[in-house]
Amino acid sequence: MAKITYIEHDGTEHVVEVKTGLTVMEGAVKNNIPGIDADCGGACACATCHVYVDEAWRDKTGTSSAMEESMLDFAENVEPNSRLSCQIKVSDALDGLVVRMPESQH
Amino acid sequence: MSEPARVAILGAGHAGGTAAALLRQYGFAGPIALVGEEPIAPYQRPPLSKAWLKGEADAESLALKPVEFYAEHDIDFRPSTLALSLNRGARTVALSDGSELPYDFLILATGARPIALPIPGADLAGVMFLRTAADAETLKATVGPGKRLAVVGGGYIGLEVAASGRALGAEVVVLEREARLLARVACDTLSDFFKAYHEQHGVRFELSATAVAFEGEDDHVTGVRLADGRLVASDAVVVGVGAHPNDEIARDCGLDTARGVVVDLDARTSDPAIFAIGDVAHRPMPIYDRMFRMESVPNALEGAKQAASAIAGRPRPPGEVPWQWSDQYDLKLQIAGYAFDVDEILVRGDPKSGHFAVFHLQGDRVQAVEAINAAAEFMMGKQLIGARRPVSKARLADPSISMKEVAA
Repeated sequence: MAKITYIEHDGTEHVVEVKTGLTVMEGAVKNNIPGIDADCGGACACATCHVYVDEAWRDKTGTSSAMEESMLDFAENVEPNSRLSCQIKVSDALDGLVVRMPESQH
Repeated sequence: MSEPARVAILGAGHAGGTAAALLRQYGFAGPIALVGEEPIAPYQRPPLSKAWLKGEADAESLALKPVEFYAEHDIDFRPSTLALSLNRGARTVALSDGSELPYDFLILATGARPIALPIPGADLAGVMFLRTAADAETLKATVGPGKRLAVVGGGYIGLEVAASGRALGAEVVVLEREARLLARVACDTLSDFFKAYHEQHGVRFELSATAVAFEGEDDHVTGVRLADGRLVASDAVVVGVGAHPNDEIARDCGLDTARGVVVDLDARTSDPAIFAIGDVAHRPMPIYDRMFRMESVPNALEGAKQAASAIAGRPRPPGEVPWQWSDQYDLKLQIAGYAFDVDEILVRGDPKSGHFAVFHLQGDRVQAVEAINAAAEFMMGKQLIGARRPVSKARLADPSISMKEVAA
């Protein structure tokens, strides 16, 4: 279980508990948090679940696969701390995670 | 003061479910009824042939929205309910529960149903389709180590089921009517590649093989009889030979249909109060100067955006390049566009490496791209298709030049 803070581009914060085993993307979709589209439902096929991981958490969320890196390369407004949230698995270690959503996913 | 407009959505699949959610997201405040024939709330179908079969997903994880979402957003969700007929004059829908549902705007999202082979034995237990969560539940209970699974149809469904079946230890044979796999949706290079990959994983193929009957004992299937007389012994059969649009309700009330409900760029049918989206819609594709029907999640999402935008008074969303994906073993196939009006096929990368892309060109413009574990080729290819931008074929064929540089 992890408490995750999702911050919309306009600054609105959503703090929710997300079950271990779900992805950070699923945590947003299931709690109806706007800003993450996830068109392909988590198949790493669309790059519309893009988030910026807070600096303090970058290591804990792990490293991206080659596939994620390739897809991320073509998302909008990519930064060094960008990740595809469907590729970050939630665990107790991510309790307190903060992610920010980009202005748009398309 | 007039009543707010009422919306009725027929079909609670990916398109219908998304349309309902988008209407609320776009600020539409009138009543919304979402009528679905299945007993569960809208969910994703793609994982049914993959994660679900392998026990990595269930109904809860596949739901598009948590079940509380609908009541919380004032969406009257009616599962296990069929729409029987439309009265366009009175603007009502006759439902299977005996009620009449009034509407000001109607969205047809009735999807498509699996094509059933009209051959003897089709009713035997163990002969299955894979469309719904219920189908997936049945299939999952059937497939396991040592079980002999016959898959009729070498398209996406067939190949994904084959891959999942192998992952579960079943013996798998794919029976394909045409001379190659993915005959309707992919090129020869891709067909050959997938066949070889599946064979390496132990799948057996019978090409140019037509199933003429299912044989059975005690009402359970025991094998598939082919046109050449051979019998393929099996404990279970999955039939994946395509789907037929559920457009009868539209045809019956005089809407324009063409193996699907004909719509315009706003997903509007020949009746201005009625929209059609998703697998059931026959829609214009300006990039190819054609109209056709697509069966994919991106198509369902785009139709939902178009209809919801039109109803909520938002500008028409920008046109998207159609795309789709299929996951088999550790292969991610991503396809953008359709190979219409193609005069050349160009392969980028070496198929033997396990990541490559096939570009379909008309002159020096990309019409479609099929990418295997090649996300850059897929994403950049999609942009090139949409922008109708010419590309240097020599640079495109050279993997040492990045796709970003090729497209610059």
